[in-house]
Amino acid sequence: MSETKKGYARPLDLKHGRVDLTHGSGGRAMVQLIAEVFARHLGNDYLAQGNDGAVLPAPVLAGKPARLVMSTDSHVVSPLFFPGGDIGSLAVHGTLNDVAMMGATPLYLTAGFILEEGFALADLSRIVASMAQAAREAGVSVVAGDTKVVERGKGDGVFITTAGAGVLPEGLELGGARARPGDAVIVSGSMGDHGVAIMSQRENLCFDAPIVSDSAALHGLVAAMLATRAGLRCLRDPTRGGLAATLNEIAVQSGVGMMLQEQAIPVKPVVAAACELLGLDPLCVANEGKLIAICAGADAARLVSAMRAHPLARDAAVIGEVIADSRHFVQLTTAFGGRRIVEWLAGDQLPRIC
Amino acid sequence: MCLALPVKVMELGANATAIVDLDGVRKEISLALLDEVSVGDYVILHVGYALSKLDPEEAEKTLALFAELRAAEPGAP
Amino acid sequence: MRYIDEFRDGALARILAGKIARAVEPGRGYSFMEFCGGHTHAISRYGLADLLPPALRLIHGPGCPVCVLPIGRVDLAIALALKQNVILCTYGDTLRVPASEGLSLMKARSRGADIRMVYSTLDALQIARDHPQREVVFFAIGFETTTPPTALAIQQAEREQLANFSVLCCHVLTPAAMRTILDAPAAGEGGAVALDGFIGPAHVSTVIGTRPYEFVAADYRKPVVIAGFEPLDVMQAILMLVRQVNDGRAAVENEFSRAVSREGNLKAQQRMAEVFELRREFEWRGLGVVPDSALKLREAYAAFDAERRFELAYRSVPDNPACECAAILRGARRPQDCRIFGTACTPEFPVGSCMVSSEGACAAHYSYGRHRDVH
Repeated sequence: MSETKKGYARPLDLKHGRVDLTHGSGGRAMVQLIAEVFARHLGNDYLAQGNDGAVLPAPVLAGKPARLVMSTDSHVVSPLFFPGGDIGSLAVHGTLNDVAMMGATPLYLTAGFILEEGFALADLSRIVASMAQAAREAGVSVVAGDTKVVERGKGDGVFITTAGAGVLPEGLELGGARARPGDAVIVSGSMGDHGVAIMSQRENLCFDAPIVSDSAALHGLVAAMLATRAGLRCLRDPTRGGLAATLNEIAVQSGVGMMLQEQAIPVKPVVAAACELLGLDPLCVANEGKLIAICAGADAARLVSAMRAHPLARDAAVIGEVIADSRHFVQLTTAFGGRRIVEWLAGDQLPRIC
Repeated sequence: MCLALPVKVMELGANATAIVDLDGVRKEISLALLDEVSVGDYVILHVGYALSKLDPEEAEKTLALFAELRAAEPGAP
Repeated sequence: MRYIDEFRDGALARILAGKIARAVEPGRGYSFMEFCGGHTHAISRYGLADLLPPALRLIHGPGCPVCVLPIGRVDLAIALALKQNVILCTYGDTLRVPASEGLSLMKARSRGADIRMVYSTLDALQIARDHPQREVVFFAIGFETTTPPTALAIQQAEREQLANFSVLCCHVLTPAAMRTILDAPAAGEGGAVALDGFIGPAHVSTVIGTRPYEFVAADYRKPVVIAGFEPLDVMQAILMLVRQVNDGRAAVENEFSRAVSREGNLKAQQRMAEVFELRREFEWRGLGVVPDSALKLREAYAAFDAERRFELAYRSVPDNPACECAAILRGARRPQDCRIFGTACTPEFPVGSCMVSSEGACAAHYSYGRHRDVH
């Protein structure tokens, strides 16, 4: 009996190799990329089956039928690697957090990659390894994925889209339309860390400051908060647009206003200084490991105590309250003593000169 | 265009540059518009250039003025 | 932050507020123009208006260089980027100013123009070095604070023989603008503003000193107090102005003595004089055509003048008829008096430049202060 000789299998050169167009074309090159980069780091029973889709069990929580929560996020962050994380860990945390903000326990992720021709395999491996680690630490599996390659110049290195699914028990209702006058507004920690960490890396704005992105998975913190049985109305993570955008969204959704105390809002001195230099308002800068909670006023102190016991929320604080306001303004009393609106920016905050 | 900040000079560099610090944030800026700047001086920074030196004596005078206000105020906090 | 936080002390603010309230004479109104856009922003950001007595009115003046930049100048910059394929470098503030044909620099970028935001002229020079085959134009706007850096950049470009670098110069002068405000014809809607004094700019004054304001006190009998940038500085300056008005005095006083002297920064002034000369006249948004109020590059530096290099012809473009920026910049109307404020004109869809820059009176009021408007 003669055996067909197998061709010599050349492994990918993960140190010096680059993505090329064959890696996205569905042929053997793509299979090799998936095996040697993606499956190597992300591998689990679902991915190992190699089917078009992952068959997941019906949502169940503590033996009872639960509801399904799904969310999705795309990640286009530049630079890809920054102090405190990279596009890989960010892609995991961002989507997990969206699921967690509904009160759900995240279980599964999918990941779609759009790679630019010429992207270094070393960087890709690093990103995927980072994703895998973030997913492992969060107790979540990446159950399906996709890879496409676009021509050089048509993509910024890599774009990642993740979708997440989690389980939510019956009876738990959180949402942006549920805030009411008298509720407390709480943040889990310092504002502006992620956005400033990113900007400190960008070409045009160079300064070396020890600012690290706060990118983190928040579902453990959320579970601890739910366990207190505090009257939670809404959880939301203040990502792009920062605290200002998120609170303004909630105010409009709920048809209320808010009154904050500037001095109560935690901002690290070095982040405040960086924002001064860049002409930015820390309240408008993105966070990736923080959440805002709106809860019944009477439960606020108890909730903050429980949050502070968690490593991701040591600086949790009540920063204001929900009030009746037909204009839906989010206002704040400045540390100086006057009052102003917390603006909802039209677009990206551009560094001010003036 | 007035956004300008007092920052502390930490190091002097070649070609009239300096590294300045604002609460732990460091930046390289140009000193080309000033003469005689030393490490430890505070300068007013605007669009990458130091525009003037901050006079610590005058700063203290202004702050002292404010402090007097505080002391003189009946029942001030 | 040293020399910053001490000047933002809330407890001191309350004490100063009390002093101002007591200094204000009963039955008398006080109108002070804060000239500097940075002050406009500080007043809004800290909610200073809440700490001042109702008899005291702060009028926002034309000290916001983005706000006074006429549409025609932005059109020149857009044309350079879209039609001449230059790399146009600009400070962030100008990106959203609405110009002709529904364009702005930001919108031109999405149409393919290579427009890059820079934090400093130093960045623009580097871009020119990095792209020797491309023309790089720096869109130079600003009052005297921002002018010396432009002068230095041009001199640096000359030293390095950076042949692909040029500057579109729209630098304007503070004393000329103040004079125009003071000379405005009397009476009528949108006409003269009853002004009792000026809060003088902080950082412009570090460059030009306090001497250039002396004509305001001497010729027009109005007090000027140069104020530092922080909110306590502004309040202290207001107190000093109230006292001058009460005493019937008109002098130039310097609250920002820690950074401003009578002579200013002579080195910076010298560099400006080496590179720039006065334009005979220049159109300002809101103030019309003002003589001896703006700068252009001297003949010696003609090689770096984008207007000459690209043979640009300035075309005056009138404001949208509904836009009240002109009157607002002169202090004759308030943002909330404008018909389209907050409705057709918002920071997201600005009709006029006062709504674009965060220092503009309209943007500041919209973003920070409109909770005070009663409907």
